[in-house]
Formats: sequence, structure tokens, C-alpha cells
Amino acid sequence: MAGIFQRMSLIFRAKADKTLDKYEDPRQTLDYSYQRQLELLQKVRRGVADVATSRKRIELQANGLSTQADKLTQQAQKALEVGREDLAREALTRRSGLQQQLTDLQAQHAQLQGEEEKLVRASQRLQAKVDAFRTKKETIKATYSAAEAQSRIGEAFSGISEEMGDVGLAVQRAEDKTLQLQARAGAIDELLSSGALDDATGTQKDDITLELEQLASTSEVEDELSRMKASIGSGPSASTQAIGGGQAPALEGQPVQQAPAASTDYQGQPTKAAQPNAGDLR
Amino acid sequence: MIVRILGEGQWEVPDAAIGDLNALDDQVEQAVTEQDEAKLSQALAELLSEVRTIGTALSDEQLLDSDLILPDVGSSLADVEALLADSAEGLIPG
Repeated sequence: MAGIFQRMSLIFRAKADKTLDKYEDPRQTLDYSYQRQLELLQKVRRGVADVATSRKRIELQANGLSTQADKLTQQAQKALEVGREDLAREALTRRSGLQQQLTDLQAQHAQLQGEEEKLVRASQRLQAKVDAFRTKKETIKATYSAAEAQSRIGEAFSGISEEMGDVGLAVQRAEDKTLQLQARAGAIDELLSSGALDDATGTQKDDITLELEQLASTSEVEDELSRMKASIGSGPSASTQAIGGGQAPALEGQPVQQAPAASTDYQGQPTKAAQPNAGDLR
Repeated sequence: MIVRILGEGQWEVPDAAIGDLNALDDQVEQAVTEQDEAKLSQALAELLSEVRTIGTALSDEQLLDSDLILPDVGSSLADVEALLADSAEGLIPG
């Protein structure tokens, strides 16, 4: 059985032979081939641009994901500060999910960068060969008769068509890979814009943020409550003093004025106490 | 002999070294037959690095036919099989 080596060397040659057979005057083949080369060069350049676009898109997505991962780390920190280990654990779990995606994206990014470099190199190589071919083509057309040109053309043509076959394969492969990655990138974009990922990542108000905010407002409410309790604790004793103090003047015949003042004060206390209750419901 | 590595370019390899390359080529072929992806990428990597080591890279301006063609290092089993399906069955020269 022939090795990979030998079998593959026939790939491009068979195609080149087919093309050569198409024309009666082999010099026509040169012009035809040159046109194809120029087209392929265009295609390679477009391929490079496509790959670069996809690479940039993945970079943007990776940046977005890593921002969200940072945010989850901060949330975990905050949750721990208020003693909510369960919340911190949840945030870190989500972050590790994101980290996985991020690692995938980074691998894809490296892959695309590799493709891009290969294509850039391929387009340089093809450009050099196309230039060499053009020179050769003009020489052959000017110097030789159709019959004489035959063998010369064979050489030049199979050389360039092998290169074109190779570069053509590279472009095709880069296109395939880019399409696959674009489909995945599109899926991530869709997730991001639909808000499905937001919940898990905290771009907007996800449930961890909400719960942390709730915790913060609850503790504010508690603070407020205890502050009020403290002021009420000193309040009643003050009013008792006032009432007690008022009792003596009452004997002096002024109880009517003192009593309403004390009752207003007393009514004010339940009203204040109702405020933290309302805050509790929030 | 001129050897092309797909996606990389062409190398001029002394004829005497082809025998050594054939041994590595057999490993690649075996990996394809056995459908062993890991073995394929390892065998390919060895074969290609040998070509790059013993060969001299051709300049871009040279228009020459290759005597032998090799898949590039990132080729998967499916890639190699697709390439082989395109080619007719060949014979080992020598």
C-alpha cells in the first residue's frame, strides 16, 4: 500500500492535468490559470479579513465574560462579609461555570489566531508565486510557439496549481472553522442579549445581587430599628419624668395643659415604631 | 526531492533521507488505518519536524512541482481521509 506521502502527491497533479487538457492551445491555459490565481488571492485576503473579524468578536466576548467573572468574585466577597456563605458559594459556582466558557473561548481564540497567521503566510507565498508565474507566462507566450510552449507550460502550471490547491485548502479550512466558531459566538451573543446569561453572571440584577441588596437593606432596617428602640427606651422615661414632674405642678392647678402634651408625646411613639415595620415589608 | 507540507510550503529534501521519512510515513498511514487520532497527530508531528530539519525551505518565488505532499500538523483523521479520498491510489516509487 502506498504511503500518505505518495498518495497525496497525486491530488493536485490530477486536477492540473485535467485543466491543461481543456485547452487546445496550451498558452490559453496560462491566461486562464493567471485569472484563477488572482481570484484565489482575492479570496485568501477576504479569508484573512473574515478570520480577523471572528477573532475580534471572540476577544470582545472573552472580555465580557471575564468582567462578569470578576463581578461574581466581588459578590462572593460581599456575601462572605455579611456572613452568607451559601450565597458566596453560589456566586463562586457560577463563576467557575463562566471560567469554563472563558477557557473554551481562549482556546478558540488561539485556534483562530493560528488560522489567521497561516492564511497571512499563505497569501504572501501565493503572491510571490503569482508574480513569478506572470513573468514566466509572458516569457513563454513571447518566446515559444504553441508546440514548444507545451512542456514549459506544464512545469510552470503544475507548480502554481499545486500551490493554488494548497492555499485553496487552507482557505476552505479557515472558512469552515470560522463558520463553526461564528455559530458558537452567535449563540453566546444571543444568550447575552436574551438575558439568560445575565441571571447567572450578574450583568444586570441577578438573584445574588438582589439577595445581597436585600441583606444590606435588612441590616439597615435593623440598624434603624435598634436606633429607634434606643431613642424610645430613653423616650418613655423622659415622658414619665415629664408626667411625674407634671404631677407636682398639677397640684398647682395646671394638669389640663400638661396632660394633652404628654398624650401627644405618647401617640408619637407608636407612629415612629411603625416605620421600621413598614421597612421590614420592603 | 521536493516535499510540500500543506499550508506551510515546500522543502528540498536529499533523496537519501527519503527512506527514513518513509518509516515515519508508515506510522502515519497505520494511524489512519487504525483510526487513532492521537497516534496520527503524534506521527504527523514527528514526520513533519523531520522534513523541516533535514530539508531546506524553498523560496516563495520558486515554481516547482512537489514530489511528495504531506498533510499539515493540525490535520484530523477526517481531514487526512478526505484528502486521500481525493487522490487516486498511488505506488511507492522505489
